[in-house]
Amino acid sequence: MPLSVHRERCIGSGTCVYTAPEVFAQDEDEGLVVLLTDGTDQANERAVRSAVERCPVAAISLDAP
Amino acid sequence: MTEIDTPSPLRQDPPQFPMERKCPFQPPAEYAVMRAEEPVAKVRLAVSGKEMWAVSRQEHVRQVLTDPTMSSNFKHPGYPLQVPVPDDILQAMELPLVAMDPPVHGRHRKEIIPEFTLKRMQALTPRIQKIVDEHVDALLAKGGPVDLLTELAIPVPSLVLCELLGVPAEDIPEFRDFAETTVRSDVTPQEVGMAIHQMDVYLDKLVTAKEQNPTEDDLLGRVVLKNTEEGNLNHREIVALARMLISGGFDTLTNMIVLGVAALLEHPDQLAQMKADPELTRNAIEELLRFLSIADSAPSRVATQDLEVGGVKIKAGEGIINLTASANRDETVFENADQLDIFREIGLHSAFGHGVHQCPGASLVRVELKIVYDTLFARIPGLRLAVPVEELPFKRATLIQGLDALPVTW
Ligand code: SF4
Repeated sequence: MPLSVHRERCIGSGTCVYTAPEVFAQDEDEGLVVLLTDGTDQANERAVRSAVERCPVAAISLDAP
Repeated sequence: MTEIDTPSPLRQDPPQFPMERKCPFQPPAEYAVMRAEEPVAKVRLAVSGKEMWAVSRQEHVRQVLTDPTMSSNFKHPGYPLQVPVPDDILQAMELPLVAMDPPVHGRHRKEIIPEFTLKRMQALTPRIQKIVDEHVDALLAKGGPVDLLTELAIPVPSLVLCELLGVPAEDIPEFRDFAETTVRSDVTPQEVGMAIHQMDVYLDKLVTAKEQNPTEDDLLGRVVLKNTEEGNLNHREIVALARMLISGGFDTLTNMIVLGVAALLEHPDQLAQMKADPELTRNAIEELLRFLSIADSAPSRVATQDLEVGGVKIKAGEGIINLTASANRDETVFENADQLDIFREIGLHSAFGHGVHQCPGASLVRVELKIVYDTLFARIPGLRLAVPVEELPFKRATLIQGLDALPVTW
Protein backbone atom coordinates (compact mmCIF):
# COMPACT_ATOMS: atom_id res chain seq x y z
CA MET A 1 0.00 0.00 0.00
CA PRO A 2 1.43 3.40 -0.89
CA LEU A 3 2.53 5.57 1.96
CA SER A 4 3.37 9.24 2.13
CA VAL A 5 4.69 11.68 4.67
CA HIS A 6 4.08 15.40 4.97
CA ARG A 7 7.26 16.91 6.26
CA GLU A 8 5.83 20.40 6.42
CA ARG A 9 3.49 19.16 9.13
CA CYS A 10 5.93 16.88 10.96
CA ILE A 11 7.05 18.05 14.41
CA GLY A 12 9.80 15.46 14.78
CA SER A 13 8.25 13.59 17.67
CA GLY A 14 9.95 10.39 16.60
CA THR A 15 6.91 8.31 17.44
CA CYS A 16 6.78 6.81 13.95
CA VAL A 17 10.47 5.88 14.10
CA TYR A 18 9.88 4.18 17.42
CA THR A 19 6.77 2.39 16.20
CA ALA A 20 7.98 1.25 12.77
CA PRO A 21 11.76 1.65 12.58
CA GLU A 22 12.05 -0.26 9.30
CA VAL A 23 9.83 2.26 7.55
CA PHE A 24 10.46 5.67 9.12
CA ALA A 25 13.52 7.64 10.12
CA GLN A 26 14.29 11.24 11.05
CA ASP A 27 16.84 13.16 9.03
CA GLU A 28 19.92 14.47 10.80
CA ASP A 29 19.56 18.14 9.93
CA GLU A 30 15.97 18.88 10.74
CA GLY A 31 14.88 15.84 12.71
CA LEU A 32 11.85 15.45 10.48
CA VAL A 33 10.36 12.25 9.16
CA VAL A 34 11.80 10.51 6.10
CA LEU A 35 10.57 7.34 4.46
CA LEU A 36 12.89 4.38 4.19
CA THR A 37 10.52 2.60 1.82
CA ASP A 38 7.74 3.98 -0.33
CA GLY A 39 5.07 1.59 0.78
CA THR A 40 3.95 -0.98 3.27
CA ASP A 41 4.04 -4.70 2.86
CA GLN A 42 2.42 -7.37 4.93
CA ALA A 43 5.33 -7.65 7.30
CA ASN A 44 5.19 -4.07 8.47
CA GLU A 45 1.62 -3.08 7.81
CA ARG A 46 0.46 -3.31 11.43
CA ALA A 47 3.34 -1.22 12.67
CA VAL A 48 2.78 1.35 9.93
CA ARG A 49 -0.92 1.60 10.72
CA SER A 50 -0.08 2.10 14.35
CA ALA A 51 2.45 4.82 13.43
CA VAL A 52 -0.17 6.58 11.31
CA GLU A 53 -2.60 6.52 14.20
CA ARG A 54 -0.03 7.67 16.71
CA CYS A 55 1.50 10.55 14.77
CA PRO A 56 0.44 13.62 16.77
CA VAL A 57 0.00 15.84 13.73
CA ALA A 58 -1.30 13.47 11.04
CA ALA A 59 1.90 13.80 9.02
CA ILE A 60 1.78 10.24 7.71
CA SER A 61 -0.89 8.89 5.43
CA LEU A 62 -1.59 5.56 3.87
CA ASP A 63 -3.96 6.72 1.16
CA ALA A 64 -2.11 9.05 -1.17
CA PRO A 65 0.52 7.89 -3.64
CA MET B 1 -27.40 -4.77 43.84
CA THR B 2 -26.95 -2.08 46.43
CA GLU B 3 -26.83 1.52 45.45
CA ILE B 4 -23.35 2.85 45.84
CA ASP B 5 -23.09 6.49 46.57
CA THR B 6 -20.46 7.52 44.07
CA PRO B 7 -19.33 11.07 44.57
CA SER B 8 -20.43 12.58 41.30
CA PRO B 9 -18.33 15.50 40.11
CA LEU B 10 -21.58 17.02 38.99
CA ARG B 11 -22.92 17.48 42.51
CA GLN B 12 -20.72 20.36 43.44
CA ASP B 13 -21.21 23.10 40.97
CA PRO B 14 -18.70 23.33 39.42
CA PRO B 15 -16.37 20.82 41.09
CA GLN B 16 -12.96 21.88 42.24
CA PHE B 17 -9.91 21.08 40.12
CA PRO B 18 -7.45 19.38 40.37
CA MET B 19 -9.15 16.31 41.73
CA GLU B 20 -7.03 14.09 43.91
CA ARG B 21 -5.64 10.69 43.13
CA LYS B 22 -6.50 8.24 45.90
CA CYS B 23 -3.88 5.80 44.67
CA PRO B 24 -0.67 6.74 42.86
CA PHE B 25 -1.51 4.33 40.01
CA GLN B 26 -5.05 5.47 39.35
CA PRO B 27 -6.35 8.79 38.03
CA PRO B 28 -8.92 10.54 40.22
CA ALA B 29 -12.12 8.46 40.42
CA GLU B 30 -14.10 11.46 39.20
CA TYR B 31 -12.60 11.16 35.71
CA ALA B 32 -14.52 7.96 34.94
CA VAL B 33 -17.75 9.60 36.07
CA MET B 34 -17.02 12.62 33.90
CA ARG B 35 -16.32 10.45 30.84
CA ALA B 36 -19.65 8.72 31.34
CA GLU B 37 -21.87 11.58 32.45
CA GLU B 38 -20.42 14.88 31.34
CA PRO B 39 -17.38 14.54 29.09
CA VAL B 40 -17.08 18.29 28.60
CA ALA B 41 -17.64 19.75 32.07
CA LYS B 42 -17.09 22.97 33.94
CA VAL B 43 -14.58 22.83 36.78
CA ARG B 44 -13.28 25.47 39.17
CA LEU B 45 -9.53 25.88 39.46
CA ALA B 46 -8.45 25.64 43.09
CA VAL B 47 -5.51 27.91 42.51
CA SER B 48 -7.43 30.87 41.09
CA GLY B 49 -11.12 30.14 41.62
CA LYS B 50 -11.64 30.59 37.87
CA GLU B 51 -14.06 28.41 35.92
CA MET B 52 -12.63 26.29 33.12
CA TRP B 53 -13.74 23.44 30.90
CA ALA B 54 -12.34 19.97 31.41
CA VAL B 55 -12.51 17.37 28.65
CA SER B 56 -12.17 13.72 29.57
CA ARG B 57 -12.74 11.55 26.48
CA GLN B 58 -9.94 10.74 24.10
CA GLU B 59 -11.75 11.99 20.99
CA HIS B 60 -12.32 15.40 22.58
CA VAL B 61 -8.82 15.68 23.98
CA ARG B 62 -7.48 14.93 20.49
CA GLN B 63 -9.85 17.45 18.95
CA VAL B 64 -8.80 20.23 21.31
CA LEU B 65 -5.08 19.48 21.09
CA THR B 66 -5.09 19.48 17.29
CA ASP B 67 -7.40 22.46 16.76
CA PRO B 68 -5.39 25.39 15.33
CA THR B 69 -7.71 27.89 16.99
CA MET B 70 -6.66 26.64 20.43
CA SER B 71 -3.97 28.80 21.99
CA SER B 72 -1.27 27.75 24.46
CA ASN B 73 -0.52 31.31 25.52
CA PHE B 74 -0.01 31.29 29.30
CA LYS B 75 -0.49 35.04 29.40
CA HIS B 76 -4.05 34.88 28.16
CA PRO B 77 -6.42 35.58 31.08
CA GLY B 78 -8.51 32.54 30.12
CA TYR B 79 -5.58 30.12 30.14
CA PRO B 80 -6.02 27.48 32.87
CA LEU B 81 -2.77 27.96 34.77
CA GLN B 82 -2.62 25.42 37.57
CA VAL B 83 0.33 26.98 39.35
CA PRO B 84 -0.03 30.38 41.04
CA VAL B 85 2.33 32.46 38.91
CA PRO B 86 2.24 36.14 40.01
CA ASP B 87 0.80 38.25 37.24
CA ASP B 88 3.68 40.74 37.01
CA ILE B 89 6.19 37.90 36.59
CA LEU B 90 3.92 36.17 34.09
CA GLN B 91 3.47 39.27 31.96
CA ALA B 92 7.19 40.11 31.99
CA MET B 93 8.24 36.55 31.24
CA GLU B 94 9.64 35.43 27.91
CA LEU B 95 7.21 32.66 27.03
CA PRO B 96 8.76 29.23 26.54
CA LEU B 97 8.10 26.97 23.56
CA VAL B 98 5.28 25.17 25.33
CA ALA B 99 3.34 28.45 25.62
CA MET B 100 3.80 29.61 22.02
CA ASP B 101 1.36 29.33 19.17
CA PRO B 102 2.05 28.57 15.51
CA PRO B 103 3.74 29.82 13.42
CA VAL B 104 6.23 31.17 16.00
CA HIS B 105 6.05 27.88 17.85
CA GLY B 106 7.17 25.95 14.77
CA ARG B 107 10.17 28.22 14.22
CA HIS B 108 11.32 27.75 17.80
CA ARG B 109 10.65 24.05 17.93
CA LYS B 110 12.78 23.61 14.82
CA GLU B 111 15.78 24.72 16.84
CA ILE B 112 15.68 21.74 19.17
CA ILE B 113 14.02 18.96 17.20
CA PRO B 114 17.22 17.69 15.55
CA GLU B 115 18.71 17.51 19.07
CA PHE B 116 16.06 15.06 20.28
CA THR B 117 15.73 12.54 17.46
CA LEU B 118 15.36 8.92 18.46
CA LYS B 119 18.67 8.13 16.81
CA ARG B 120 20.53 10.77 18.78
CA MET B 121 18.94 9.67 21.99
CA GLN B 122 19.88 6.05 21.24
CA ALA B 123 23.43 7.21 20.67
CA LEU B 124 23.49 8.31 24.33
CA THR B 125 22.94 4.69 25.39
CA PRO B 126 26.52 3.88 26.50
CA ARG B 127 26.71 7.00 28.63
CA ILE B 128 23.26 6.51 30.19
CA GLN B 129 24.10 2.85 30.80
CA LYS B 130 27.26 3.85 32.64
CA ILE B 131 25.41 6.32 34.85
CA VAL B 132 22.72 3.72 35.63
CA ASP B 133 25.31 1.01 36.35
CA GLU B 134 27.21 3.24 38.75
CA HIS B 135 24.06 3.97 40.70
CA VAL B 136 23.01 0.32 40.77
CA ASP B 137 26.53 -0.60 41.98
CA ALA B 138 26.13 1.90 44.80
CA LEU B 139 22.69 0.53 45.68
CA LEU B 140 23.99 -3.03 45.83
CA ALA B 141 26.99 -1.99 47.90
CA LYS B 142 24.75 -0.22 50.36
CA GLY B 143 22.35 -3.14 50.76
CA GLY B 144 18.57 -2.92 51.12
CA PRO B 145 16.31 -1.43 52.08
CA VAL B 146 17.05 1.73 50.16
CA ASP B 147 14.96 4.57 48.78
CA LEU B 148 15.04 4.07 45.04
CA LEU B 149 13.86 7.64 44.54
CA THR B 150 16.91 9.28 46.09
CA GLU B 151 19.40 6.60 45.11
CA LEU B 152 18.46 6.20 41.46
CA ALA B 153 15.34 7.89 40.16
CA ILE B 154 16.42 11.43 41.03
CA PRO B 155 20.15 11.34 40.23
CA VAL B 156 20.11 9.33 36.98
CA PRO B 157 17.76 11.52 34.89
CA SER B 158 19.21 14.67 36.44
CA LEU B 159 22.74 13.72 35.43
CA VAL B 160 21.65 12.68 31.94
CA LEU B 161 19.73 15.91 31.41
CA CYS B 162 22.51 18.12 32.75
CA GLU B 163 25.10 16.45 30.54
CA LEU B 164 22.85 16.68 27.51
CA LEU B 165 22.01 20.34 28.03
CA GLY B 166 25.48 21.35 29.17
CA VAL B 167 24.65 22.60 32.64
CA PRO B 168 26.92 21.83 35.60
CA ALA B 169 25.88 18.79 37.63
CA GLU B 170 26.65 20.59 40.90
CA ASP B 171 23.70 22.87 40.25
CA ILE B 172 21.25 19.97 40.16
CA PRO B 173 19.66 20.75 43.57
CA GLU B 174 18.85 24.24 42.37
CA PHE B 175 17.23 22.92 39.16
CA ARG B 176 15.26 20.37 41.11
CA ASP B 177 13.85 22.98 43.47
CA PHE B 178 12.91 25.11 40.51
CA ALA B 179 11.35 22.25 38.55
CA GLU B 180 9.39 21.08 41.58
CA THR B 181 8.11 24.49 42.60
CA THR B 182 6.83 25.27 39.14
CA VAL B 183 4.64 22.16 38.91
CA ARG B 184 3.05 22.44 42.35
CA SER B 185 -0.32 24.00 43.04
CA ASP B 186 0.16 24.31 46.82
CA VAL B 187 2.92 26.89 46.72
CA THR B 188 2.51 30.63 47.18
CA PRO B 189 2.74 33.01 44.24
CA GLN B 190 5.82 34.48 45.93
CA GLU B 191 7.55 31.10 45.92
CA VAL B 192 6.76 30.53 42.25
CA GLY B 193 7.83 34.06 41.39
CA MET B 194 11.13 33.63 43.23
CA ALA B 195 11.82 30.26 41.59
CA ILE B 196 11.26 31.63 38.09
CA HIS B 197 13.27 34.74 38.83
CA GLN B 198 16.23 32.82 40.28
CA MET B 199 16.25 30.37 37.42
CA ASP B 200 16.23 33.18 34.86
CA VAL B 201 19.12 34.94 36.60
CA TYR B 202 21.06 31.68 36.64
CA LEU B 203 20.27 30.74 33.03
CA ASP B 204 20.98 34.25 31.84
CA LYS B 205 24.55 33.87 33.14
CA LEU B 206 24.88 30.37 31.76
CA VAL B 207 23.70 31.33 28.28
CA THR B 208 25.89 34.44 28.32
CA ALA B 209 28.91 32.28 29.18
CA LYS B 210 28.08 30.00 26.27
CA GLU B 211 27.68 32.98 23.96
CA GLN B 212 31.14 34.16 24.94
CA ASN B 213 32.67 30.72 24.60
CA PRO B 214 30.59 28.81 22.09
CA THR B 215 30.92 25.05 22.29
CA GLU B 216 29.65 22.21 20.15
CA ASP B 217 29.71 19.78 23.04
CA ASP B 218 26.25 20.21 24.46
CA LEU B 219 22.73 21.08 23.43
CA LEU B 220 22.60 24.62 24.76
CA GLY B 221 26.04 25.28 23.31
CA ARG B 222 24.92 24.10 19.89
CA VAL B 223 21.70 26.15 20.05
CA VAL B 224 23.76 29.23 20.97
CA LEU B 225 26.27 28.55 18.24
CA LYS B 226 23.65 28.05 15.57
CA ASN B 227 22.00 31.26 16.62
CA THR B 228 25.13 33.33 16.42
CA GLU B 229 25.21 32.26 12.78
CA GLU B 230 21.54 32.28 11.90
CA GLY B 231 20.07 34.57 14.54
CA ASN B 232 16.69 32.85 14.77
CA LEU B 233 16.50 33.12 18.53
CA ASN B 234 17.67 35.96 20.70
CA HIS B 235 19.34 35.66 24.09
CA ARG B 236 16.13 35.86 26.10
CA GLU B 237 14.48 33.26 23.91
CA ILE B 238 17.34 30.85 24.48
CA VAL B 239 17.05 31.42 28.24
CA ALA B 240 13.31 30.64 28.03
CA LEU B 241 14.03 27.51 26.02
CA ALA B 242 16.54 26.32 28.62
CA ARG B 243 14.05 27.09 31.38
CA MET B 244 11.43 24.95 29.68
CA LEU B 245 13.76 22.01 29.08
CA ILE B 246 14.73 22.07 32.74
CA SER B 247 11.22 22.42 34.13
CA GLY B 248 9.93 19.68 31.84
CA GLY B 249 12.85 17.31 32.08
CA PHE B 250 13.43 16.75 35.78
CA ASP B 251 10.40 15.37 37.54
CA THR B 252 8.94 13.53 34.60
CA LEU B 253 11.55 10.80 34.19
CA THR B 254 12.08 10.56 37.94
CA ASN B 255 8.44 9.79 38.51
CA MET B 256 8.17 7.43 35.55
CA ILE B 257 11.03 5.48 37.11
CA VAL B 258 9.58 5.17 40.61
CA LEU B 259 5.97 4.69 39.62
CA GLY B 260 6.91 2.36 36.76
CA VAL B 261 9.06 0.16 38.99
CA ALA B 262 6.34 0.08 41.66
CA ALA B 263 3.66 -0.78 39.10
CA LEU B 264 5.75 -3.60 37.62
CA LEU B 265 6.52 -4.99 41.08
CA GLU B 266 2.79 -5.03 41.72
CA HIS B 267 2.31 -7.17 38.60
CA PRO B 268 4.84 -9.95 39.17
CA ASP B 269 3.60 -12.20 36.35
CA GLN B 270 4.01 -9.52 33.75
CA LEU B 271 7.34 -8.48 35.23
CA ALA B 272 8.61 -12.07 35.08
CA GLN B 273 7.84 -12.19 31.37
CA MET B 274 9.49 -8.87 30.77
CA LYS B 275 12.62 -10.03 32.58
CA ALA B 276 12.68 -13.16 30.43
CA ASP B 277 12.31 -11.13 27.25
CA PRO B 278 13.73 -7.58 27.36
CA GLU B 279 12.22 -6.99 23.90
CA LEU B 280 8.97 -6.64 25.80
CA THR B 281 10.25 -3.62 27.68
CA ARG B 282 9.56 -1.35 24.74
CA ASN B 283 5.91 -2.26 24.80
CA ALA B 284 5.82 -2.16 28.59
CA ILE B 285 7.12 1.41 28.54
CA GLU B 286 4.33 2.59 26.25
CA GLU B 287 1.81 0.83 28.47
CA LEU B 288 3.29 2.33 31.64
CA LEU B 289 3.19 5.78 30.04
CA ARG B 290 -0.49 5.26 29.28
CA PHE B 291 -1.41 3.58 32.54
CA LEU B 292 0.41 5.95 34.88
CA SER B 293 -0.22 9.18 32.94
CA ILE B 294 1.98 11.12 35.31
CA ALA B 295 1.33 14.42 33.52
CA ASP B 296 -2.31 13.91 34.48
CA SER B 297 -3.84 17.12 33.14
CA ALA B 298 -0.85 19.10 31.93
CA PRO B 299 -1.79 20.31 28.44
CA SER B 300 -4.24 23.20 28.66
CA ARG B 301 -5.55 25.54 26.00
CA VAL B 302 -7.59 28.68 25.62
CA ALA B 303 -10.09 29.05 22.79
CA THR B 304 -9.46 31.93 20.39
CA GLN B 305 -12.75 31.31 18.56
CA ASP B 306 -16.10 29.85 19.49
CA LEU B 307 -16.22 26.11 18.93
CA GLU B 308 -18.16 23.01 19.79
CA VAL B 309 -16.68 20.06 21.62
CA GLY B 310 -18.85 17.02 22.29
CA GLY B 311 -21.99 19.06 21.65
CA VAL B 312 -21.00 21.73 24.17
CA LYS B 313 -20.44 25.30 23.02
CA ILE B 314 -17.17 26.78 24.16
CA LYS B 315 -16.72 30.50 23.68
CA ALA B 316 -13.66 32.39 22.56
CA GLY B 317 -11.58 33.26 25.61
CA GLU B 318 -12.61 30.24 27.66
CA GLY B 319 -9.98 27.86 29.00
CA ILE B 320 -9.87 24.10 28.51
CA ILE B 321 -8.02 21.52 30.59
CA ASN B 322 -7.26 18.32 28.74
CA LEU B 323 -7.44 15.34 31.05
CA THR B 324 -4.89 13.17 29.29
CA ALA B 325 -4.93 10.71 32.20
CA SER B 326 -8.63 10.26 31.53
CA ALA B 327 -8.19 9.95 27.76
CA ASN B 328 -5.66 7.21 28.49
CA ARG B 329 -8.31 5.28 30.42
CA ASP B 330 -11.08 5.81 27.89
CA GLU B 331 -12.82 2.44 27.78
CA THR B 332 -14.09 3.06 24.25
CA VAL B 333 -10.46 3.12 23.08
CA PHE B 334 -8.62 0.75 25.43
CA GLU B 335 -10.03 -2.61 26.44
CA ASN B 336 -9.78 -3.13 30.21
CA ALA B 337 -8.42 0.38 30.33
CA ASP B 338 -7.89 0.30 34.10
CA GLN B 339 -5.63 -2.76 33.93
CA LEU B 340 -1.91 -2.64 33.35
CA ASP B 341 -1.22 -4.95 30.41
CA ILE B 342 2.28 -4.78 29.01
CA PHE B 343 1.25 -7.04 26.13
CA ARG B 344 -1.40 -4.64 24.98
CA GLU B 345 -1.06 -3.57 21.38
CA ILE B 346 -0.24 0.06 21.87
CA GLY B 347 -2.72 2.41 20.33
CA LEU B 348 -2.82 6.10 20.72
CA HIS B 349 -2.00 7.21 24.24
CA SER B 350 -1.70 10.85 25.17
CA ALA B 351 1.03 10.59 27.81
CA PHE B 352 3.22 12.97 25.79
CA GLY B 353 0.30 15.12 24.76
CA HIS B 354 -0.91 15.35 21.19
CA GLY B 355 -0.71 17.84 18.33
CA VAL B 356 2.13 20.24 17.60
CA HIS B 357 3.14 20.59 21.24
CA GLN B 358 3.75 16.91 21.83
CA CYS B 359 6.66 16.46 24.23
CA PRO B 360 9.90 17.01 22.30
CA GLY B 361 11.75 14.84 24.82
CA ALA B 362 9.70 11.69 24.19
CA SER B 363 12.56 9.78 22.58
CA LEU B 364 14.85 10.54 25.52
CA VAL B 365 12.20 9.24 27.89
CA ARG B 366 11.81 6.02 25.90
CA VAL B 367 15.52 5.35 25.64
CA GLU B 368 16.27 6.19 29.25
CA LEU B 369 13.39 4.19 30.73
CA LYS B 370 14.43 1.13 28.73
CA ILE B 371 17.95 1.24 30.12
CA VAL B 372 16.80 1.89 33.68
CA TYR B 373 14.11 -0.81 33.84
CA ASP B 374 16.19 -3.47 32.05
CA THR B 375 19.30 -2.83 34.13
CA LEU B 376 17.51 -2.62 37.44
CA PHE B 377 15.54 -5.85 37.04
CA ALA B 378 18.46 -7.75 35.48
CA ARG B 379 20.98 -6.77 38.11
CA ILE B 380 18.65 -6.99 41.12
CA PRO B 381 16.37 -9.90 40.23
CA GLY B 382 15.01 -10.13 43.77
CA LEU B 383 13.94 -6.49 43.86
CA ARG B 384 10.74 -5.95 45.88
CA LEU B 385 8.88 -3.24 47.74
CA ALA B 386 10.10 -2.76 51.30
CA VAL B 387 6.70 -1.53 52.49
CA PRO B 388 3.17 -2.58 51.55
CA VAL B 389 2.06 -0.82 48.39
CA GLU B 390 -0.67 1.06 50.28
CA GLU B 391 2.02 2.70 52.37
CA LEU B 392 3.95 4.21 49.49
CA PRO B 393 3.96 7.94 50.13
CA PHE B 394 2.68 9.68 47.04
CA LYS B 395 2.75 13.23 45.85
CA ARG B 396 -0.27 15.43 45.97
CA ALA B 397 -0.97 18.93 44.76
CA THR B 398 1.40 18.61 41.86
CA LEU B 399 0.95 18.54 38.13
CA ILE B 400 3.37 15.63 37.79
CA GLN B 401 2.17 12.55 39.66
CA GLY B 402 4.71 10.54 41.57
CA LEU B 403 6.08 9.23 44.83
CA ASP B 404 7.88 10.95 47.69
CA ALA B 405 9.89 7.78 48.31
CA LEU B 406 10.14 4.24 46.95
CA PRO B 407 11.54 1.96 49.67
CA VAL B 408 12.79 -1.25 48.07
CA THR B 409 14.85 -4.20 49.13
CA TRP B 410 16.03 -7.51 47.62
S1 SF4 C 1 5.21 10.62 14.30
FE1 SF4 C 1 4.54 12.27 12.92
S2 SF4 C 1 5.35 14.15 13.86
FE2 SF4 C 1 6.43 12.44 14.80
S3 SF4 C 1 8.31 12.24 13.56
FE3 SF4 C 1 6.78 10.83 12.73
S4 SF4 C 1 5.76 12.01 11.11
FE4 SF4 C 1 6.86 13.47 12.38
